[in-house]
Amino acid sequence: MLLQFTEIGIHCPQADIYIDPWRPVDRALITHGHADHSRRGHKYYLCTEAAMPVIKYRLGQDINVETVKFGEVKTINGVKFSFHPAGHIIGSAQIRVEYKGEVWVASGDYKVAADGLTETFEPVKCHTFITESTFGLPIYKWKSQKDEFEEINNWWRTNQENGKTTVLTGYALGKAQRIIQNLDHSIGTVYTHGAVENVNEVIRNQGVDLKSTVRVTQDIPKENFKGNIVVATPSAIGSPWMKKFMPYSVGVASGWMSLRGARRRRAVDRGFVLSDHADWDELNTAVKATEAERVFVTHGYTNIFSQWLNEQGIESATVETQYEGELTEIGESTVKEEEEESS
Amino acid sequence: MKYFTELFTRLDQTTKTLVKVDALKEYFHKATDKDKLWTIALLSHRRPKRTINRNYIKKWAAEFSELPYWLFEESYHIAGDLAETIALILPSPESRTDNSLTYWIEYIQALGGLEENEKKAQLKSAWLSLDATERFVFNKLITGGFRMGVSQKLMVRALAKYTGIDESSLAHRLMGNWTPETTTFQDLILSEDANEDNSRPYPFYLAYALEDETESLGDTSLWFAERKWDGIRGQIIVREGELYVWSRGEELVTDKYPEYEVLKEKLPNGTVLDGEILPYKNGQPLPFNLLQTRIGRKNLTKGVLQKSPVIFKAYDVLEWQGEDIRQWPLEKRRTQLESLVGDVGDPVLHLSDLVIFNEWRQLAAERDRSREFFSEGIMLKRKDSTYKDGRKKGDWWKWKVDPLTIDAVMIYAMRGSGRRANLYTDYTFAVWDGEQLVPFTKAYSGLTDKEIGQVDRFVKKNTIDRFGPVRSVTPELVFEIAFEGINKSSRHKSGVALRFPRIKRWRHDKPKEEANTLEELHQLLEVYG
Ligand SMILES: [Zn+2]
Ligand SMILES: [Zn+2]
Repeated sequence: MLLQFTEIGIHCPQADIYIDPWRPVDRALITHGHADHSRRGHKYYLCTEAAMPVIKYRLGQDINVETVKFGEVKTINGVKFSFHPAGHIIGSAQIRVEYKGEVWVASGDYKVAADGLTETFEPVKCHTFITESTFGLPIYKWKSQKDEFEEINNWWRTNQENGKTTVLTGYALGKAQRIIQNLDHSIGTVYTHGAVENVNEVIRNQGVDLKSTVRVTQDIPKENFKGNIVVATPSAIGSPWMKKFMPYSVGVASGWMSLRGARRRRAVDRGFVLSDHADWDELNTAVKATEAERVFVTHGYTNIFSQWLNEQGIESATVETQYEGELTEIGESTVKEEEEESS
Repeated sequence: MKYFTELFTRLDQTTKTLVKVDALKEYFHKATDKDKLWTIALLSHRRPKRTINRNYIKKWAAEFSELPYWLFEESYHIAGDLAETIALILPSPESRTDNSLTYWIEYIQALGGLEENEKKAQLKSAWLSLDATERFVFNKLITGGFRMGVSQKLMVRALAKYTGIDESSLAHRLMGNWTPETTTFQDLILSEDANEDNSRPYPFYLAYALEDETESLGDTSLWFAERKWDGIRGQIIVREGELYVWSRGEELVTDKYPEYEVLKEKLPNGTVLDGEILPYKNGQPLPFNLLQTRIGRKNLTKGVLQKSPVIFKAYDVLEWQGEDIRQWPLEKRRTQLESLVGDVGDPVLHLSDLVIFNEWRQLAAERDRSREFFSEGIMLKRKDSTYKDGRKKGDWWKWKVDPLTIDAVMIYAMRGSGRRANLYTDYTFAVWDGEQLVPFTKAYSGLTDKEIGQVDRFVKKNTIDRFGPVRSVTPELVFEIAFEGINKSSRHKSGVALRFPRIKRWRHDKPKEEANTLEELHQLLEVYG
């Protein structure tokens, strides 16, 4: 097979490279900068130009990294590699692999709907498609981003009327910037947790026009937060860091929040359904658009989504990987997001 | 159903009592009387009857969603809640209507008389005219499992704020055998004497568990002690020549206990007794689960009545000669009760005897003997206490015997439901029988959120096999399981059934080999079964 699933990651024997490997290798092609896809210790990294700054910020400025533009072809030992927008976070890519007319696409994490910040997902035709399945169940269907943010902005307004600070949490990389970009900034000031603001700086430096935010620091008087919003990482919930925002109302933005059980399990006031992954309909649309004959299903509801595809007449199998989906946002991850330690 | 759905959402989004009471009060202001009454009914365990079989609901939901049935089932297992799964899985509504809560409940009740295909069409048109949250509420109504995170007590508090009527009067008015079809908001809630109902019980006075030392209760001479009997708390009412039996769930259960029929003649009119409905034979209480099998029966056959006959263990008298005597001190009520039980002189009515003690340590010794008496522990009541309503601290305490425990190995795990849908929270435990692990009980609760997270990760990483929603896992983790009682059971492989099993703690210190054995479990059965 052109790509093989090994203990280390997705391997291309012909080019001797790995895609998003979870153990150190000589040459790694990286779909995006999240901790479960982009790990330390590889001797060489290849990613998109837009993904590079964050990867360097997180893994160290001294890593050996080469970049490509979206769509640009890089040939390694006769195998043609190109990166195409995955719509997951800024710079995130699906990796297209072509050798002697056979085409595979490893999609990493993706979402189909546009979010106003990330390069929009681009369907890529292939013979074999490797898809995630984080939300591969028909109970997961996202509302439009517009409707969801209307709810978030209304919640913020109500909290403001009640003299409270609003605290909304999401991944420092990706979710947080999407939130910042889509909030109604006419309501008040958008403050950020240090871990979020660090990523913001990296992203602004690469030329992205991210709306303005203020980093939460020791010397800001407590009263300033009142009525405003703080965008924080999930680890902030329940930590002493939250004290200065009292009284506050706290929310989580995650795809998991579409289940009442998950909303209630987290000790938060509100759960908003906002995911950087594809929902059920998007997964199906994406698979169809590739026109793939064969689909490998990774992280998520792998068995279920794979069986469903088989019944739809698309040959499918599951693959064990160490990728994780949105687990940090509900406190379930086993991979520690690096930036959370640095805050 | 807009206001009701809004109420549901607000209640769901908070854990704060004050916010809940406010949301209810606001709802009472906005809703019509008829909707208010239905809401009160739903929040006081008076749900409308189910009119559609659950399996049809599932089948049709899958069909309308154009999904294979197995995929629907999987989604349901993962979401853990049928009403929610259906609400999420169906396509978006075609058109929106805004009908009242009462409209929808009547709609659901009307389904009862319909043919299968008519039911199906009605269900479809309802589903396709409600948005996801309304659908969820509607589904909760058709599947019958409505829990809104509001106790009856909290609802009464909000109702008191809304009406200006005091809480205990309202609690009294809400008791009895009413449904929204047989009364009105005006008659039930707002009218003082209208619909006077002879069957009405008094709210039960419930005790808190004693956590401090008994010494903190002061002088022993201020207290009565009784055994805590392990049956169903109940009230027997005789008024105007009729007998009514109520259980603590505020259910009228007269028909379930024909044994008490004789008391209709023997107790004077205007008498209300508080006591325990206790399975009892040959001078001994029987295991509680015998009573449970009896409750589950529709028809009480001779065999059932012979196998698990009941007596009434009287604790207290609340009404005497038609007068509410709950304000009398307990000592005076007790004297009245003793003479009353003596006068009745029927083997079905027992007095709950006092446990005599002078010093607290004597009572502690009596408590240790609880299992000999088939009782759960000791009840402590101040001699000068009035009979209060609901759970109140100070005058009455229950002092339960320590639970039995056993160390067991976790072998299966299942996802939780509702708020724990993403986590493996329900476990099956086993003990050793030679080289083999024999499952003997399920247990949950008792672990912290952090521990649940750890166990969940263990389960995900150590799965041996999957059977639907159940995973078998590498036997490795040992837990101490606490339980209140143990009985013989032919339905279980292990031969035993536990009463109230729960996880007491995670035995990080014990390797799996040191868990208890089936033999040890059977020894407990010998002693306590
Ligand atoms: Zn990702
Ligand atoms: Zn991922």
